[in-house]
Amino acid sequence: MNVHDKYKPLTFWERTYLPRIWDGLVLTMRHFFFNLWHFFLASIGVQREWKGAVTYQYPEVRRPIWPRLRTLHRLTKREDGTPRCVACMMCETVCPAKCIYIVAGERPEKQIEKYPLQFDIDLGKCVFCGYCVEACPEDAIRMDTGILEFAAYGRNGMLLTKEMLLSFVPKKEHYTARPDLEARPAPAPRLSEA
Amino acid sequence: MPNITIDGKTVEVEPGTTVIQAAEKLGIELPRYCYHPGLSIVGQCRICLVEIEKMPKPQVACYTPVTDGMVVHTQSEKALRARKDVLEMLLVNHPLDCPVCDQAGECWLQEYYMRIGQYDSKMIEDKVKKNKALDLGPHVMLDQERCILCTRCVRFCDEISKSHELGIFNRGDHAELAPHPGKRLDNLYSVNTVDICPVGALTEKDFRFEARVWYLEATNSICPGCSTGCNIAVHTNTERTHHAQGRRVVRLKPRYNPEVNQWWMCDLGRYSFKSADDPSRLTVPMLRQGEQWIETSWEVAIEAVAQKIKSTAADRVGLWASPQLTNEDLFVLKKFAGRLGLTRVAAALAPLEKPVSDNFLIKEDHNPNTRGLGLAGFPVETKASADLLQQAADGKLAVLLIFSHDLSQSFAADAVTSALAKVPTVIFIGPNRNATSAAAHFILPAAAWPELDGTFTNFAERVQRLRRAVAPLGDARPVWQIVKLLGKPLGVILPYLESEDVFAALARENSAFAGMSYATIGDLGHQRGEEAAAVKARRLNQVPDKLRIIPIFG
Ligand code: SF4
Ligand code: SF4
Ligand code: SF4
Ligand code: SF4
Ligand code: FES
Repeated sequence: MNVHDKYKPLTFWERTYLPRIWDGLVLTMRHFFFNLWHFFLASIGVQREWKGAVTYQYPEVRRPIWPRLRTLHRLTKREDGTPRCVACMMCETVCPAKCIYIVAGERPEKQIEKYPLQFDIDLGKCVFCGYCVEACPEDAIRMDTGILEFAAYGRNGMLLTKEMLLSFVPKKEHYTARPDLEARPAPAPRLSEA
Repeated sequence: MPNITIDGKTVEVEPGTTVIQAAEKLGIELPRYCYHPGLSIVGQCRICLVEIEKMPKPQVACYTPVTDGMVVHTQSEKALRARKDVLEMLLVNHPLDCPVCDQAGECWLQEYYMRIGQYDSKMIEDKVKKNKALDLGPHVMLDQERCILCTRCVRFCDEISKSHELGIFNRGDHAELAPHPGKRLDNLYSVNTVDICPVGALTEKDFRFEARVWYLEATNSICPGCSTGCNIAVHTNTERTHHAQGRRVVRLKPRYNPEVNQWWMCDLGRYSFKSADDPSRLTVPMLRQGEQWIETSWEVAIEAVAQKIKSTAADRVGLWASPQLTNEDLFVLKKFAGRLGLTRVAAALAPLEKPVSDNFLIKEDHNPNTRGLGLAGFPVETKASADLLQQAADGKLAVLLIFSHDLSQSFAADAVTSALAKVPTVIFIGPNRNATSAAAHFILPAAAWPELDGTFTNFAERVQRLRRAVAPLGDARPVWQIVKLLGKPLGVILPYLESEDVFAALARENSAFAGMSYATIGDLGHQRGEEAAAVKARRLNQVPDKLRIIPIFG
């Protein structure tokens, strides 16, 4: 079956093409003049209730994020503050971008034995697939920091170290249950501020 | 001879064969933990249960001898159910810390859980806690919680190394593997216990937490540690350079060869790979200017060395080959020396101290290819070496080519220094820096053994094959290629492209290797001459004729 068969067949009027282009332009124009008029009224203080175009005034205002959105990684800790990670390298193994670099070491307390001496994620390669989070048997890595901005001037600046990963905290307030237009949280910190 | 029917297939076996061995002959693989073909049979773990007709209960396949007309079902519901329940019981107190465990990836609990287990755990009690990281000896760590008490390691120490260090103590849930009071697992074969431990209870300190086994690649090769030439697999990690402290060769594992080392290797040989990734590796050709070493290219170095040899009379050129070289290297080197008419030739060195040896695997000759040296026509007696050093000290040599040796290992250091100081041009060709290379004028870097394709001839004249596990570091090259390069400006054309070509020429020209090729040598080697028949007889006595050749799990 042709995949296109599931679409509604075009009417004769639609197949003539140009009139529909005109329809589209009319729609765009209508929004344009509608917004123009309402912003004008708002700027002279006539009305404040009606909403204009839905645009976020980034970076002062940020778009709310879904709870499932994968943001920058972090490493979770045990109650005593040590990393939960046991350096099993499941995440390193599953990572399709091969951007996790773990070096394992022996821990002094013998009940856990193993922990990461080094845990680097090269964000320059990461594709944010979240497989590392899925693969982790210890719930030691999560992508819930709410941090989305981590631009850097060079590739080295894109390297997240174990210390950085452990220092991030989950930013629950940046997530809303429903990305409601009303809920506009305070800006999430950038990587440099976190 | 008894006939046995297993899963509808009938086979005739030797009297005394057990069911597990008969099944193996038919290609039917039964799970096992305690059974190891190289050790005595104890029937300890009960994972190999099978249903035997006319017997009321499931029986262990490893301990039940075959009787004529026996009918065995390995896949019947009863047998499968029995094995599944045994596995569940074995895992009752097992910590399942697989993410931490070095055995994950080659663990037979995981393996059999996937094949025959897959039950829902009925455990609600807490697991019995035991010692997690017990230092057993110089190379081995024990996790008592993970041990499933199969006693393979205990039997290894009793029957193979005969050092009796380990035992099982206490009973029931509290039974645990431990060293006997006051003992440590400290024998020359201790790490074999790690190889045969089917779970991660015994781990190797050197490998512990360095890399995960699924990152490693295995290449069949030969241990260069002594003239036994144990068959091994070289495990390498080249993809993830941040693991194993950047070492490419991560560990060595013995490989089953009934005629050489069976399932074992010694600890001395096992750690012989360290030199390959050592900081002392030589990776660039170098020449000395005054007190300075100048790095240079192969072209420049070869040209300079060839000029020195060309402008010197043949009887003033000394050549010091080595029993560390492969047959290929030695063949090419011999040709080179022959065509140039070099007469001042030495090869072997006597060690300063008496080397470790025993009557099992470790031979007193810690060189892998002394026999090959002799077969290639080099002098194997160490007197030739003493003579050559004397000639150097007497100022009779103008050029001296030294392969691999560190002369200070066999002669007094000051005698070596003063003798080498008398030789205007000393050329060192070897993989690692040492006291002799420091006294040289030219250094040509050679590939280390994990980087070589080639063959060694062991003490019993068995020709065995090394395979290249990693690429040579830097600009290093196999010795025969260096000799080939050196021959060209001297008019000695050695027309070989691959080590296989060299070996083909060797087999053609040297009757000692007649009829051999890399294909006939294969993975298990080619036994030469009169030894062959004797060794074959020994082999027949020792092992059932069909065994899985798996290095980890015999
Ligand atoms: S999100 Fe995907 S690409 Fe990024 S580190 Fe995790 S597994 Fe690798
Ligand atoms: S999967 Fe989890 S526990 Fe394992 S190394 Fe990655 S973060 Fe650590
Ligand atoms: S031995 Fe290690 S890998 Fe095997 S089941 Fe136990 S903890 Fe897991
Ligand atoms: S340590 Fe390993 S080999 Fe030894 S008894 Fe325990 S499970 Fe068996
Ligand atoms: S393998 Fe048969 S009882 Fe252990």
